[in-house]
Order: sequence, then structure tokens, then C-alpha cells
Amino acid sequence: MEQVLKTAFPFIVISVGILLAFQGVLMIVAYTVLAERKVLGWMQGRVGPNRVGPWGILQPFADLLKFIFKEDLTPDKSTKFVYFLAPMVALTCALMPIVMYPFGPRIADPLSWLVPYVADIQYLGDAVAWIAEQAKNMPLTIARIDVGVLFVLGITSVGVYGIALAGWSSNSKYSLMGGLRSSAQMISYELAMGTSVIGAVLLAGTLDLNGIILAQTQSPFKWFIIPQFIGFVVFLISAFAETNRVPFDLPEAETELVAGFHTEYSALKFALFFMAEYVNMFTVSMMCTVLFLGGWYVPGLSYLVDPGSIPYALISHVAFIGKICAFLFLYIWVRATLPRFRFDQLMNFGWKFLLPVAIANVILTIVAVFFLNR
Amino acid sequence: MIGTALFFLFAGLAIACAISMVYHRNPLYSAISLVGVFIALSCLYVTLAAPFIAAVQILIYAGAIMVLVVFVIMLLNLEEDRPHSRLNYLYALGGGLGVLLLAQTFFIFYAVMRSPNQPADQTLSPGKTLSIGQAMYTEYLLPVEIVGVLLLMAVIGSVILARKLTAPQIELVVEKELEIRKEEDAKDGLGIAL
Repeated sequence: MEQVLKTAFPFIVISVGILLAFQGVLMIVAYTVLAERKVLGWMQGRVGPNRVGPWGILQPFADLLKFIFKEDLTPDKSTKFVYFLAPMVALTCALMPIVMYPFGPRIADPLSWLVPYVADIQYLGDAVAWIAEQAKNMPLTIARIDVGVLFVLGITSVGVYGIALAGWSSNSKYSLMGGLRSSAQMISYELAMGTSVIGAVLLAGTLDLNGIILAQTQSPFKWFIIPQFIGFVVFLISAFAETNRVPFDLPEAETELVAGFHTEYSALKFALFFMAEYVNMFTVSMMCTVLFLGGWYVPGLSYLVDPGSIPYALISHVAFIGKICAFLFLYIWVRATLPRFRFDQLMNFGWKFLLPVAIANVILTIVAVFFLNR
Repeated sequence: MIGTALFFLFAGLAIACAISMVYHRNPLYSAISLVGVFIALSCLYVTLAAPFIAAVQILIYAGAIMVLVVFVIMLLNLEEDRPHSRLNYLYALGGGLGVLLLAQTFFIFYAVMRSPNQPADQTLSPGKTLSIGQAMYTEYLLPVEIVGVLLLMAVIGSVILARKLTAPQIELVVEKELEIRKEEDAKDGLGIAL
């Protein structure tokens, strides 16, 4: 029995970690939707949702209930299998990068303070002591593979299928146009995005997300936003395009395409696309934070609190989430500010401006790294 | 034990997707099945401790190449592929290639059975990003450069092929436009003169 539990322990830990991380991210995402409506309301001189709960804070749950109980319509002439597959692909690809998030620094000894309290209890004492021993030097990341950047970029690029297949399978001209636009847009801006990441990866010398953060942890002047400002700007712009947000929200341009690729989707299947879009926003903000703003690193915190202690990890974690939320606010702000691009403008901008700038940035960085490391 | 179970899960998935890719007549279904094959393969690479190759497999094959294929299928809205009677000889060719592949697989089985069973060198870690980069840019530099030049040639070739078709048309349109304008000018001039 004991042996079985010990073998199963890592899997239990990973399952609990996945549950906590997914729950946390999805809660933040739900409140991003509310924040978007509220902030847009304030910026446009309206009140925003304020009926469900005090100041409308229960609005996300009301929305979810509504999505669940709405009638689920399926177009008669649609390709059924692909039609059902598309929202699943979209949300799965959006959720998978969560396992790579570097939520905080390593905690040196998270559980040994618990051991003296339970030492006298017969089986529990031993079990807790063993778990505390196992939990030493605990990382706050679920999956620890050393190609985090590539993994996140790869999975988010697979997410295009959700949108493209949704557009194709709905058998509607608006959906097909939305799907086509979206695939063209994502193929174009993925290149600029991947190229803009290379600069930060070169400076850090690793593809591991935690390693990239650790390379920026001496002072805020080591944040890659300073040497890689061009890369940061290119990444931010292509991130807006990759997540289909204003000013690049052509796949769902209301005035031309009704609702774009999800015109024919209703009820919970529409909610899956909706959630996937906001989780993708969160992921891209996470990448931006990790690559250019030092991730969970808080300047000067290591002088106040012992690095590796639980308070240090907690404050760093809150800082990480705070930086991401700042980016999410930027998304909303831009949505309230800018009008939509035209499609040819979008393509010209991506291929003729962003990509050359990103490549020039890579060449400059390679030369600089080569001469500085001699 | 878990590793073996995962291997059979992903290998079965890959084979099922491959069969579905060949079986379906609708090109889009085939393309989606091929994406499934690539993803199952990359899961296998992860279980073999080669995360870099797994990530690159997803990024390039599933995320870039197949997206383009799906894009083209959607854009052209291809009809279901009807069986061609005049291509019957291809069945023989395919069967022969299949037998050859099977023979190759059995030979690999045989070779693995024959070779002594020794544990892998733990210090090598061939799947790590660092070792792949070092091997690519020291030991195998020349092949990498040759492949790079080949890919560049393909890119330039595709650009030239695309330009050849469109460039004269644009000129023609412009010339026509100019002719029409000249005629109109002449007419206008005539009109004023009259």
C-alpha cells in the first residue's frame, strides 16, 4: 500500500497542480471578460454590467449559466464531425500552454514547518515527513521541459485549426470568410512573433521559460525590454494579431462578416471559442511578461525577504499575475481606442513592415551577443 | 510500465490517424488525420526524452505546413476525389512500396534482436536542445548549410514562379489603360475641335 502511494505521489501532485492552475487561470479569464465590459463601459461613458451581485461581480457566472441553458443549434448542412471538433480543438490548444507557465520561483522548503505539529500522530506523521522531504526545492511550474518557448508557440499555432475548421464546417459564407481570414492572418503574424522571440532567447541563452526569467533577475535594468525594445514592440503587435483582438479582429468583423468564424455556433460551443480567445490573450500576455518584463521577478524583493521562502514565492507569484493583468488591461484599452485595420493593410503591415523589422532585430542581436560574449 | 502504456496509446493513435488519412476521400479529412499523426508522433518523441524534436514537430509540421495545406483546401473548396480508373498501375506501385517498407521494419526488428542489449549512455542526452545545437553547428555544419541553401533556393524559386505569372498581366492592364486613355483623349480633343 505504502509503495503504491509513493509511486502514485508524483502523479497526484501533478494532477492537483493542473487542477489549481487551470482553475486559477480560468477564474482570471472569466473576470477579464467582466473587466473588459466594465472598462469599455467607463471609457465610453457608460456604467457597464452592474445588476448581478454587487457592482456586477457575479456577471461571469450569470453569463456561463446562460450559455449552458441556451438552445444548442446545429446547421443542417454542416459537416457534423468537424463542426463538433473545432471548438474542442480551439479550447484544448488554448488551455495546454498553462502547464508551462512559470508561476513563481522555486520554494526551498515549503512543508517542513508542518512536520512538528503532526509528528505524534501514528501514520500521518511519517507521511507528512516523507512528503515534506519530497517537496524540497519545489518549482511552481507543472511541466518542466527545457523547450517551454517552442512548446507554447507550437501549441498556440495549432490553435488555428479550431478557427479554420469552424469556418469551413459551418457551411456558411460568412464563417468561411472568417476562417480564411483568420488562417491567413495567423500564418502571417506567427512568423513575426516567432522571430521577435529569438532576440530574448539569444540573450538568455535558453529556451526554458524559468531560465529566461532567471537571466533577468539581477536588476530591473536587466529586463529584456531594454535591449530588446524592438522585439518587444513586434511581439506585442503580433500578439494582438494572433489573438484576433482589435485592431486586428478581422476574422470576426461584425460589420462585414456578422460574427466571422463562429457565426453558426451557439450556446456552450460558442462559449468554448469565447473562452479560448481570452485564455489565448492570457497566454500571450504571460509570454510577453516572461520574455521582456522579468516574469515573477520583483526588483529589490530579495533584500527584504529570503529568496526561496514561502512569502518570497507568494509575492513573486502575485507580481507575475499582476504584470499579466497589466497586459490584459492594455488589450482592453487598445480595444476602446483603435479602429479596425483593412485586410490588405493588415497583410502589408505584417509582411512588409513587422517581419523585416523582426529579422533586422535578430541580426543586430546576434552581432551584439557575438561581440559581447567574446 | 506507464511508459509502455503511453507508447501503445500514442502509437495506436498514430496508426489509426494514418489509416484514416489514406482511407478518406475528402481532402480536408485527410489533412486533419495527418495533423493527428504528427501530434501523436510528437507525443512519442516526448516519451523518448526528446522534447526539442517534439516541439519542433508540432511547430513546423502541425502548426505551419498543415495549416497552409488546410488553408489551400479551404480556399479551393476541393470536391471529393473520385477514383481514377486510368491510374490503376499505381496500386501495384503502392503495394510494392508497402511490402518494401514492411520488409525494412522486419529487418530493423531482426537487427535489434541480434544486437546486444546494453543500457544507453546517460551522459549523452541526445534529445536536449544544447546537444542538438552543438551537433548541428560543429559536427554536421556542412549538411546544415547545404539544407539551408536548398531551402533558400526553394523560396526564391517559388517567388520567381509566382512573379512570372502576374508581372506581364499587370503590364498589359496598364498598357490597355493607357491606350484607352489615349483614345478617350483623342475623342475629347475631337469633340472640342468639332
